[in-house]
Amino acid sequence: MILSQFLVLGALLFSIGVYGLLSRRNAVTVLLAVELMLAAVNINLIAFEAFWNTAAAHGQIFAIFVITIAAAEVGIGLAIILLVFRNRASGNIDQLDLMRW
Amino acid sequence: MTFSEWIAEPVNWAFLAMAIPMVLAALRVVTSRNVVHAALFLVLALAASAGLFILLSAEFVAWVLVLVYIGAVVVLFLFGIMITRAPIGRETNLSHNTRWPAAAAALGVFAVTFWLINAVTEQMGGFGDPLPAVGRATATGILGEGFINRYLIPFEAVGFVLLAALIGGITLARKDLTPAEEEEGARV
Repeated sequence: MILSQFLVLGALLFSIGVYGLLSRRNAVTVLLAVELMLAAVNINLIAFEAFWNTAAAHGQIFAIFVITIAAAEVGIGLAIILLVFRNRASGNIDQLDLMRW
Repeated sequence: MTFSEWIAEPVNWAFLAMAIPMVLAALRVVTSRNVVHAALFLVLALAASAGLFILLSAEFVAWVLVLVYIGAVVVLFLFGIMITRAPIGRETNLSHNTRWPAAAAALGVFAVTFWLINAVTEQMGGFGDPLPAVGRATATGILGEGFINRYLIPFEAVGFVLLAALIGGITLARKDLTPAEEEEGARV
């Protein structure tokens, strides 16, 4: 296995996440797309760790940090979506135009 | 390394067996018309990435991914879908009607990243060499030492972030009671 194949896979996954982030209306599915992008980042971190093969496994430690932050982000994100749903009876982000000028 | 040499390695077959379903599942995550299906396809994509981590000899991270993502985050997503009464079942307006700008942006991101990978590969060299860590297990103790030595402060900070997320999630999601309901609760 070579490094480039993982980098291309990560780029592909990240682009799919960008597409989902921009094309989705439902807020829950937007969060799912963000998770895909974070998974792409993790693949890059682990692949570079296998490439440099550091003694202290820095890449893997950073991947665990990314996973932790992603879990916190999902918790807060879903709580916000829940609150928006309760107040506006809609989970579509294009209807959240309260702060739009 | 030519493609025929690359495909002759059995480990690359394992890579393809995980990478292709992963990309297809990721495509279904962003195009599926059913929210629950999208969340379940995310499970497939993340399970495939856990498999890739095992190929890259990062076993601990692979199992953390399975526990935290597949075990907790996706369950949280499914609860979120149920609680917000997001449209369960086939739904036509999950995505915007005009999707080509999003597709163009995604293609642009991919083109730029791919060009960067190519440019850096030519500059650096070694990106086409076999990965040195493959086939060798990473001792989990190394990760633990990293967490309590060099990465102690980020570790504590992440713990604080998790605590803040926990409290914030509870405060955001709890229903504010009216004074009458509060009285009712106090009596019971």
